[in-house]
Amino acid sequence: MSGAARPVEGEPYLAVEDLTVRFPTADGLVQAVTDLSYSVELGKTLGIVGESGSGKSVSSMAVLGLHDRRSAQITGSIKVAGTEVVGLSESKLRDLRGNAVAMIFQDALAALHPFYKIGKQLVEAYLVHHPQATKREARARAVEMLDRVGIPQPDRRVDQYPHQFSGGMRQRAMIAMGLINDPSLLIADEPTTALDVTVQAQILDLLQDLQREFNSAVVLITHDLGVVAEVADDVLVMYGGRAVEYGTCKQVLTRPEMPYTWGLLSSVPDIGADTGARMIPIPGNPPSLLAPPTGCAFHPRCAHKDKVPGDLCSTTLPELLPGSEGERHVKRCHLADPDAIFAAEVLPEIAPDLVEEPR
Amino acid sequence: MTDETTDVVQDGEVTSFTELVGQTHAAAELKADAEPILTVENLRMYFPIRSSLLKRTIGQVQAVDGVSFVVPKGGSLGLVGESGCGKSTTGQLITRLYKPTGGSMQFEGQDLAQLSNRQMRPLRRDIQMIFQDPYSSLNPRHTVGSIVGTPLRVHDVVPRSKTLARVQELLEVVGLNPEHYNRYPNEFSGGQRQRIGIARALALQPKLMVADEPVSALDVSIQAQVINLLQDIQKEFDVAFLFIAHDLAVVHHFCPEVAVMYLGKIVEIGDRESIYSNAHHPYTQALLSAVPDIKQAVTGERRERIRLTGEVPSPIDPPSGCRFRTRCPIAQEICARHEPPLLQIGKRHKVACHFAGRLGEHPREPLTARLLGVDASGQPDPGASPVTDLVEQPGYADTWFDLDQKTIGRA
Repeated sequence: MSGAARPVEGEPYLAVEDLTVRFPTADGLVQAVTDLSYSVELGKTLGIVGESGSGKSVSSMAVLGLHDRRSAQITGSIKVAGTEVVGLSESKLRDLRGNAVAMIFQDALAALHPFYKIGKQLVEAYLVHHPQATKREARARAVEMLDRVGIPQPDRRVDQYPHQFSGGMRQRAMIAMGLINDPSLLIADEPTTALDVTVQAQILDLLQDLQREFNSAVVLITHDLGVVAEVADDVLVMYGGRAVEYGTCKQVLTRPEMPYTWGLLSSVPDIGADTGARMIPIPGNPPSLLAPPTGCAFHPRCAHKDKVPGDLCSTTLPELLPGSEGERHVKRCHLADPDAIFAAEVLPEIAPDLVEEPR
Repeated sequence: MTDETTDVVQDGEVTSFTELVGQTHAAAELKADAEPILTVENLRMYFPIRSSLLKRTIGQVQAVDGVSFVVPKGGSLGLVGESGCGKSTTGQLITRLYKPTGGSMQFEGQDLAQLSNRQMRPLRRDIQMIFQDPYSSLNPRHTVGSIVGTPLRVHDVVPRSKTLARVQELLEVVGLNPEHYNRYPNEFSGGQRQRIGIARALALQPKLMVADEPVSALDVSIQAQVINLLQDIQKEFDVAFLFIAHDLAVVHHFCPEVAVMYLGKIVEIGDRESIYSNAHHPYTQALLSAVPDIKQAVTGERRERIRLTGEVPSPIDPPSGCRFRTRCPIAQEICARHEPPLLQIGKRHKVACHFAGRLGEHPREPLTARLLGVDASGQPDPGASPVTDLVEQPGYADTWFDLDQKTIGRA
C-alpha cells in the first residue's frame, strides 16, 4: 500500500464533508452536488440511492478526483484515510486511484478497452502500482484475480478480449481489475443495473465475500432499494444534489422519515407483497439542476406538503436534522411527525400485510 | 441520462397523498373465466446460421422452441426469464415482426402464423407493441403529433381533418399535455417518451398489446407511473397484455398469470399464487431467490440464496433432455436423457421438471418416468407403457396430477 493512504485508527476511512460540485455550462451553472457529508468505515458498506441526476455518481467520482479541473468547481473536503483529496495534485491522485481507492462502473463493455486483452488490462493496473513486479508476476496475479471473482478457466480467459466475455463475466473482470491492488475503498457505481437478477445475485455475493476478506470500505451507488437492503450497512438518500435522508439501513428502510424515501419505497413493488398493495409513483419528473425548485427541492413532487403549515416547503430549505430515532438518522423535511404519517397513511397502501405486525 | 425538462411537473400536480393513492391500482386480479384472445400452440422460431462463404445453413439458433400459452381477453400474461431465453422473440413473433418456423397463434379465429404480410396488415391494428427503449423507438425527426398520428393515417381510422383532435385526445389519455403535439421527442424525459410510445400503441385501439420491458429503462419513481398508466388503460379499454419483463416484482404486480422461460421453452406457467408462493421448478425457485428483498432490512439478516452456477448455455446447441440440467442443483441421469413434459399439477399451474416439488421437497424419484415409459434413470422400461398424448396444450385442463396427494385433481 502506498504512503499516501494509510488508515488512521478510529477514524472513518472515507470522510466527505460539505462537498459541493458545480459545472459551469452554456446554459448556466449546474449545481450537481450541494453540501454533501457522509463517512464510511473499513469493513462497512454505504448505499447511496437516488434517481438519475440526483448527484450520486458525481459525488463519488469526486472522491477519485475524476472531474476535469477546468470544468468542475469542487469545494468542501474529501478525506481518504486522512489524506485530503480535493485539490490534490494529479500525480498524487494517480497514486491513490486503482491502489487505495478503486471504482467499478455500470457499463463494463464501455469501461473495458475493446482492443486490449482482459489480461493485459489487468496487468497494466497491477504494474502501475507495483513497478518492481515482473510481467510474469503480474500475469500470475491477473490469473489469480480472475479465478477469485469466479471466472472459469482463468488461465485461458486471461488472453481473451472483452467482447468474448458475457455481461456478467465482464462485470466480474472489472471487479477483478478494481481489486487487483487490494484497495481499501471500493466505489461501485450501479454495478449490477444492466444484469439479470441471477447474475446480479452472483455479483452482490461476490462483492460481499471480497469485502469480508479484505475488510475494505464499500460505497455502493444504486437506484434499487432491494440491493441496498441486501448489502448496505448505512443508506444515504439523495435528491436534487442534496442528502435528504441518512441513517442505518434498517432505520431508513423500515422507518423512513422523508416523503421522497416513502416515494421510492412505494414505487417498487415487493415480490412477496400482498396483492392489495399499491405501487404509488412519485408524480412529475426529477428537478432540473440548472434552476432547482425553491425551498425543499422535492416540494413540487411531494404529496405530503399539505400537512406542513403555510408555504414553508416552497420557501425554506429544511435542515438535515435528526428525526425521532436519535442522532444517527437524519432527514431533510418540514413534516412534524413523519413517523406517524408513514405508519398511518403510507404503509397500509404499500404493504397492507405489514401493518398488523408489531414493528 | 439526465432529463432536461423545462417544466418540472406538468402532468397533474398532486395536492394530497390520498388523491395520489386514488390514482393508483392494486395488483391486477385474475379473471379466470375470460375467453382467450390469443392462443399460442407449439410456437417455434429457429434462426438459421449461414456459413460466411457459401451461405449454406450450418446451424440453427433455437430461440423459441415449442411454446404454448393463452392470453385471456382483457387480462395479462407475464413472460419472465433471463436475457437470451427467447421472451422478446416470442413477443416479436406475436406481432409478426418475424414469421415463425412452426406452430400456431390463434387470434380471433385466424392463425397469425399462417398469414401473409398482406393478410396480416388489417390485423396489425389489433396487436400493437410497446418497446423497451423510449429513446430509440421514437423517430427524433418527427413531432409527437406525427408519431402518434401515423398509425391513424396508415390504417385510415379517422378522417384527416380529425387526426389532430384524436392525437390530442390520446396524449391526454396517457397523461401528457395535449398542446405539446408539435414538440419533438428530445424535448421530453424518458418517462414522458414512454408515454408517447404508449399513446402510439393505443391509437388504433388494439385488443392485445405486447409490452417488451416497458419500464426497465426508466427511473424507479417513473416506473410506477407507467405501470399505473398501463393498468388504467387496461381497465378503461379492456386491452389484453403480453407483458415481457425480467423484473419479477413488476410482473407480480401487473400480471395475474406468469410464464417462466428458459432457453426457448416455458419451464413453469401458472397464476400468480402458484408461481410466486408455490413454485415447483428449480429454475423458478432460483430466479425468485435472486430477487433482492427490501424486507431483509427489517430483520437485518442475509437470506440464503440458491446460487445458480455457470451461464445460460447456447441456444445453438442446447443441452440434451432438460435444458436447465447443466445448471440445475437437483439434476439426475434421466434429465440428460429425456425432456420433461409440461405437466399440469394444479388448477392453473404447469411445470416441466422430472423432480418437480416445493423448495427443499423435491422428490428423489422422477415423477415423469411412468408417463415417459422409462425407469428412474431414464432407460427404456419394457414393462411400462408410455403415455402418447403428451403434446403441450395451451391453457389448462380440468384434471391434473396432484403432487401432494398423488392423485388426479379435478376442477
